[in-house]
Amino acid sequence: MGAASSNLVELRDLKVAFDGVQVLHGINLDVRRGEALGLVGESGCGKSVTWLAALGLLPGKASVTGSVRLQGHEISGGTRESFERVRGGRIAMIFQDPSSSLNPVLRIGRQITEALAIHRGLKGEAGKAEALRLLDMVGIPDPRRRFDLYPHEFSGGQCQRLMIAMALAGEPDLLVADEPTTALDATIQAQILDLLIQLRAETGMATVFISHDLGAVSQVCERVCVMYAGRIVEEGTTAQLFSEPRHPYTRGLFDAIPRIDGPRQRLIPIPGTVPNPKHLPEGCAFSPRCSRAVEACRSERPPLLSLSDGRQLACTRPVPAEERAGTKSKVAEEMLQ
Amino acid sequence: MTALIEASDLVRIYQIRRGLFGRPHPVRAVDEISLAVNPGETLGIVGESGSGKSTLGRMLLGIDTAQGGEVRFEGKPMPPLRTPEWRALRAKMQLIYQDPLAALDRRLTIAAQVGEPLEIHKIIPKQHQAARVAELMAAVGLRPDQAEHYPHELSGGQRQRAVIARALAARPKLLVCDEPVSALDVSIQAQVVNMLRDLQAENGIAMVFISHDLKVVRNIADRVAVMYLGRIVEEASSDVIFQSPQHPYTKALVSSVPVPGKRLEGRVILQGEPPNPASRPPGCAFHPRCPLARDICRALVPELRQIGDGRTAACHVVTGETAAIAA
Repeated sequence: MGAASSNLVELRDLKVAFDGVQVLHGINLDVRRGEALGLVGESGCGKSVTWLAALGLLPGKASVTGSVRLQGHEISGGTRESFERVRGGRIAMIFQDPSSSLNPVLRIGRQITEALAIHRGLKGEAGKAEALRLLDMVGIPDPRRRFDLYPHEFSGGQCQRLMIAMALAGEPDLLVADEPTTALDATIQAQILDLLIQLRAETGMATVFISHDLGAVSQVCERVCVMYAGRIVEEGTTAQLFSEPRHPYTRGLFDAIPRIDGPRQRLIPIPGTVPNPKHLPEGCAFSPRCSRAVEACRSERPPLLSLSDGRQLACTRPVPAEERAGTKSKVAEEMLQ
Repeated sequence: MTALIEASDLVRIYQIRRGLFGRPHPVRAVDEISLAVNPGETLGIVGESGSGKSTLGRMLLGIDTAQGGEVRFEGKPMPPLRTPEWRALRAKMQLIYQDPLAALDRRLTIAAQVGEPLEIHKIIPKQHQAARVAELMAAVGLRPDQAEHYPHELSGGQRQRAVIARALAARPKLLVCDEPVSALDVSIQAQVVNMLRDLQAENGIAMVFISHDLKVVRNIADRVAVMYLGRIVEEASSDVIFQSPQHPYTKALVSSVPVPGKRLEGRVILQGEPPNPASRPPGCAFHPRCPLARDICRALVPELRQIGDGRTAACHVVTGETAAIAA
């Protein structure tokens, strides 16, 4: 089956509950080889939990059900050893705060060569040579001289580059980047986004980019999933979602972002707040904040359905498609190829 | 119009040690900054971490004392820190931080915290206090039943609303907001930004809005000052500064903002990192990262000069300094 599908990772009906409170309500998601997929949503929507659960990184009190397949092989519910063969080697993950992911009392050269020894069996001079190559690849200037420095001697942007170098050490097929630029300054953020795009072009690894920043996601990703309250509410190509968001929540997210160009206007917030996972509203979880909601939305939860233009949408009363929708999706298809 | 708050040639130097036994090393966090904010006006201050924007905000309030220059509030010099005069003045100027949970006392109810400034500054008689607290909470969009809640029972956006309500309690003339919405989700961020704008318009409060988020600053500020390593490098009205940035650093900063649906190509991506404030490059501090840098930039610190109607920039190239010297 792995050979038949081109999907690298397949998540099926992935559910997560903490202390009996369900936070992830059945995620179905495919990541194709080499593609860049974005996961967007506000805090608490489950975008990070999805991947932490898939990689077995959640604490013991979390109950995870569902299937996670890597090239057709089931990895969820496996032993610690089976996870460890996947993590770092096949799927690597980087996080928002690089300085807390690095060991402060080990020299960075040692931390990277350690990863190389574990995942690729490179030791001694070979390991050091490869580590220097990786540091150069992620844009650390003068890696030979900085090989023996400690993490605190690097800036935040450079620590994130170090994390990326370490993630690349196992030559993964998929890099999951969880808010990798959120803690960084604007000009450094642009550098890291540029680096992620460039690395994907060079190595051909797939990227999952988790972020609340729609602008950053649109620059890195070809396909985007929008999540709300533990469910995917809309999924489509970046071009589709950005030119014509159909779910009122996706639309609301776009409207809420202040613009850097065009006339200055009053911001359009989404009213209310994200619901508490303990007390999710009946029906569509977004309905209490939705301006388009009708009675049916409050009683019946819309399933995620495929639309003719290729996107998936979970909404009873979506934002109407524009008339030129046909031509627009054609443009989107061209962008995909 | 006389400025509400006016700072001239502010300097703040921190002493830092390199290593445990290293010699103390002066860091000029704020280096000869002058600015003025008129009543009811919003001045945005943008810059990357380490640019000194937060230190500047604290100096405007007198929490950080200036080692050079002075701050004048309503035309009078700022009284020394922790004197009764300074405390009395502090009622007129309030600070809002990024992290509302750290700014709130976890063991006091929201109503108690919003009411605290009323008590400290003895603004209204005790019997009217509860009514005023209710009024403030309604103004920032908190529900009456949340008065008896504790900070941990509120969401991030609600906590920031509580902090704003508390800041407004003393009827300030100036609000210094240091990254007030950076920790909030976009949909909530828009709510709080709109609320701040409304409250400002209703009460005629002047604001100094410090943020690294150019999109938010553009939306809320009338004027914007861009800081780099302790100095203002460009200042202009927020309409023109984002439309036609002049200083090469402002250009790169504006260009680095990811716009939904726009590709990365064609954008200015700055090389290198902001230099360490402790080892400031000579001349223009930006020259090692600047695509336009000339010899003069490596030698001479550019002064802030007029480059058009109501806008200033500190750049040899933009102000035509190089041409004058070449001629």
